[in-house]
Amino acid sequence: MDEVTPVLECRDLCISYKTRAGEIPAVIDFNLKLMPNESHGIVGESGCGKSTVALAIMQYLGANGYVKSGQILFNGHDMTAMSQEELRKLRGSQIAMVYQEPMASLNPAMKISDQLAEVPMFHDGTNEADAKMKALQMLEKVKLPDPSRIMNSYPHQISGGQQQRVVIAMALLSNPKLLLLDEPTTALDVTVEAGIVELIRDVAIEFNTSLIFISHNLGLILETCDRLTVMYSGQAVEIGDIGDVFDTMRHPYTRGLFNSIPLPGADKKSKPLLPIRGQLPLPHERPTGCYFGPRCDFFEEGRCDQELVELEEMAEGKNHFARCLKSREIDWAAEQATVIGRDAVLPGEVVLDIKDLQKHYRVERGGLFLFGAEASTVKANEGISFHAREAETVAIVGESGCGKSTFAKVLMGLEDATSGNIQFGDIELGSLTVQDRKADTISKLQMVFQNPFDTLNPSHTIGHQISRVIRKFGVEKEPAKVEARVMELLDIVKLPRDFAKRRPRQLSGGQKQRVGIARAFAGNPSMVIADEPVSALDVSVQAAVTELLMDIQRDHRTTLLFISHDLSVVRYLADHIVVMYLGQIMEQGRTDEIFSPPYHPYTEALLSAVPVADTSIEKRKIVLQGELPSSLNPPKGCPFSTRCQYKIDGLCDMEVPPVRTVSMDVDRLRGHQILCHLSEETLNNMLPVFRSKGSSDKEEGQLEPAE
Amino acid sequence: MPVADLEFPRSSMFERLAKPKPMLILFAIMWVPLTLYVMFGLDDVVLLPAIPATIALYFICLWAFRESTVALVGLSLVFFWLIMAVSAPYLPLLDPNKPIAPFATPWTEKKETFFVLGSDFKGRDLLSRMIWGCQRVLIWGVSATAVAYVVGTVFGLIAGYLSGWWDEVISFISNVFLSFPVMVLFIVVLNYLGPSGFNIVIAVTFASAPAIMRIVRGLTLDIKTRDYVFAAQTRGEHPLYIMLVELLPNVRGPLIVDACLRLGYTTVAITTLTFLGLGLQPPDPDWGLMIRESARVAMLWKFSYMLLVPALSVSSLILGFNLLADGLREISLRD
Repeated sequence: MDEVTPVLECRDLCISYKTRAGEIPAVIDFNLKLMPNESHGIVGESGCGKSTVALAIMQYLGANGYVKSGQILFNGHDMTAMSQEELRKLRGSQIAMVYQEPMASLNPAMKISDQLAEVPMFHDGTNEADAKMKALQMLEKVKLPDPSRIMNSYPHQISGGQQQRVVIAMALLSNPKLLLLDEPTTALDVTVEAGIVELIRDVAIEFNTSLIFISHNLGLILETCDRLTVMYSGQAVEIGDIGDVFDTMRHPYTRGLFNSIPLPGADKKSKPLLPIRGQLPLPHERPTGCYFGPRCDFFEEGRCDQELVELEEMAEGKNHFARCLKSREIDWAAEQATVIGRDAVLPGEVVLDIKDLQKHYRVERGGLFLFGAEASTVKANEGISFHAREAETVAIVGESGCGKSTFAKVLMGLEDATSGNIQFGDIELGSLTVQDRKADTISKLQMVFQNPFDTLNPSHTIGHQISRVIRKFGVEKEPAKVEARVMELLDIVKLPRDFAKRRPRQLSGGQKQRVGIARAFAGNPSMVIADEPVSALDVSVQAAVTELLMDIQRDHRTTLLFISHDLSVVRYLADHIVVMYLGQIMEQGRTDEIFSPPYHPYTEALLSAVPVADTSIEKRKIVLQGELPSSLNPPKGCPFSTRCQYKIDGLCDMEVPPVRTVSMDVDRLRGHQILCHLSEETLNNMLPVFRSKGSSDKEEGQLEPAE
Repeated sequence: MPVADLEFPRSSMFERLAKPKPMLILFAIMWVPLTLYVMFGLDDVVLLPAIPATIALYFICLWAFRESTVALVGLSLVFFWLIMAVSAPYLPLLDPNKPIAPFATPWTEKKETFFVLGSDFKGRDLLSRMIWGCQRVLIWGVSATAVAYVVGTVFGLIAGYLSGWWDEVISFISNVFLSFPVMVLFIVVLNYLGPSGFNIVIAVTFASAPAIMRIVRGLTLDIKTRDYVFAAQTRGEHPLYIMLVELLPNVRGPLIVDACLRLGYTTVAITTLTFLGLGLQPPDPDWGLMIRESARVAMLWKFSYMLLVPALSVSSLILGFNLLADGLREISLRD
């Protein structure tokens, strides 16, 4: 009984781009059926064609892209056959889209009220006053605080999370039948993301809108969608209900994806991540037969590499499809490729000891020339104390603006500390900037950077950039030995030796990041700071780079200071975690202590905000209200007091909270510390954020974190 | 002023050229003898190796820029004049400074001499003067632009990378220079220093370097926030190393396009200056001088060719530079 017309139906859709190199098929044989009120997720790595699908649905393919064959039916009408005028009436009123970068979707020169009012004025012919009323109501519905103030603001005057809410409000103003969301939260912080995700879910129900949610994050898809399409290299490889795909996946790529993200069960010693080998083929270099063939563990020569694989229904009536010839033969229940568990690494002596580190910036503003300038202080780092041992991984976690990058700069000597001590080995680094440090001190402390596209100089070859470090630090002097050392380093990071002659633009993101790691380890450092080294990489590559970093760390007994906002990665690899907020340490302790109660209220919110791609885990929802306060004008008492749900009025917002030591380390050097006014009893009575489904008992349900 | 090129994507233009090293060698074989010949009056012989080098370079460039028709047209115009410049002493031309027969119109014979493009009011052959004249414009134009670029890039890198007081001082001085109308600046500098080729170089540097410095400073401010610059800083590299090795190679892409455009402006400027009598002095053949000398006579329609020959030569060279710039931009934007 298929009487309800689907809101959107893609039939055998093929989309190509015309380029100088010829025609490049971006999306091949794509089918999608979206029923009213349904939300459909599209997940895949960069370059798999998921955004192309969204653009095709909007008919926005640009000058060189076109729908080669197939149909896109919107409410039963073929959009590919519509005129520009008809499409213009559909877009914005029936179909609306929310893009990744909220600032780019809003006109910076127009007030929010004018931008929002345009929608009803254009599509429904409403007069301006009514349109503004409608806009104001919509801003309330997307739960923006103080909507009338926001109506009168320009886009740059509100935060990124608020901007994205405005964009969503704009999309909803015309009551669209279909809302397309293309990575709507990628540019936002985790706690802000959690709020937006909740909003999207509520909105879909309240406005009877069908959703297409495009993301690379499986956890987000699980939280928002009913059905899911997994895409790989332009093809949909698996389609099905969320539950079916997550629990009984039937395509090796989907399984590879799940194995390469650090789910709460993963553990770096007993159950390491399994990266998918190789990399995504370029569109004009796709193999014959199954596109995933060369990277697949179940690849069978002569069978998988013959002709294009068709989508096949997995079980009668379950609407679950997979594009794999062998999906019925593979024993999906079996553990994939047994991995030898690794020995736990015993941490050694304390390498880095930081005591009460402070970094303040003076900000001068206003004033003509030097007169009348008003100076204020930004406390980027305040009272940072922790230490790291040899061969240990210490993670610094926090959202943007928490001071973790400033901390890295001070440590690397690009800035000097305002006060406090940094004891590195037997050298005091706090007041030594990099110019004053000796070469061997510098070489002992190196850094891996965040953005793979920025980490290497595009003008020089890989070999040149690595050998410069070797010569600079005096590891080797003779040209032949330097060259040998470069080759050795390339071997360590598992790159082919002839990459030494290549230039960065000939490398993929993951390969560049490997070179960045090789460069950091060229001077035999005893400590490496990794500033979000994998956050800009695709999921399957992320796993490989994370594993590589940990392998090298273990072999060289290097201390790793891992800076990240991604708690799931941190949980997987860190031994000790430091949670920062507005320049201060909110909580620190061993990984298992951080991930189980008692929590600092901020840690609790942060944990709850992490999207988890596991259907068997239930999360307690804590969505933070409000925005990150400006560091120019931080709250008087506890920095977190403005957003804390446990806030005690008159205490938290007035007095600086004490550091509570919940438990001590074995050797009494440090322990689990929480910076909070809450009584020990309240802290101890906190419920765990994660629990297995079906269990309500606190002790049983608590998920055992990595040990 | 071509400041709009700031948005230019940093591309691999150099890598895409067939082979940068042989091209640079060929350019040197062409350029060094020509410079020695024009600036220091060396013997004709020095130009011998430059002729095949120029022709070879032309064909390599044609191949490298084959993707863009505009670039090919520009390249052909520029190389036409380059080949003329290096081969002038070996071409069967009349003496450019010898008065033979005045007022011969183009394509006529007068006093047993055939004038292809006619002769001027003193009786000198216009074709010969036109070809010899391009040497001066090319050499002084390119030298002046090159010096302006070296100065502008050095100050731009310093201002952009070191920031602070360096930036304040350099930017202030450059703003002072930029506030003068270019022509006034030229006239002031040349009146003070006296007219000569080297002083033209100085004048052009004063006028162009501030704008170049601003472009380089802007690019540097952007590039210095990249992680590879941080990486260099955190391994304790000297600021000079960072500026020259990490930053300079990455600003050159946008600069090449700007340089082509600026070569066109400089050509205009030099011709204007010689026209005003502030540049090269008579009797040497020079396009600006040719226009100046024949300006009064050429008021008569019959003798307008005396003006048109040098004027069209200047225009074609400038057009060549501008088309080449457009083509280069087109090629690098395609990536």
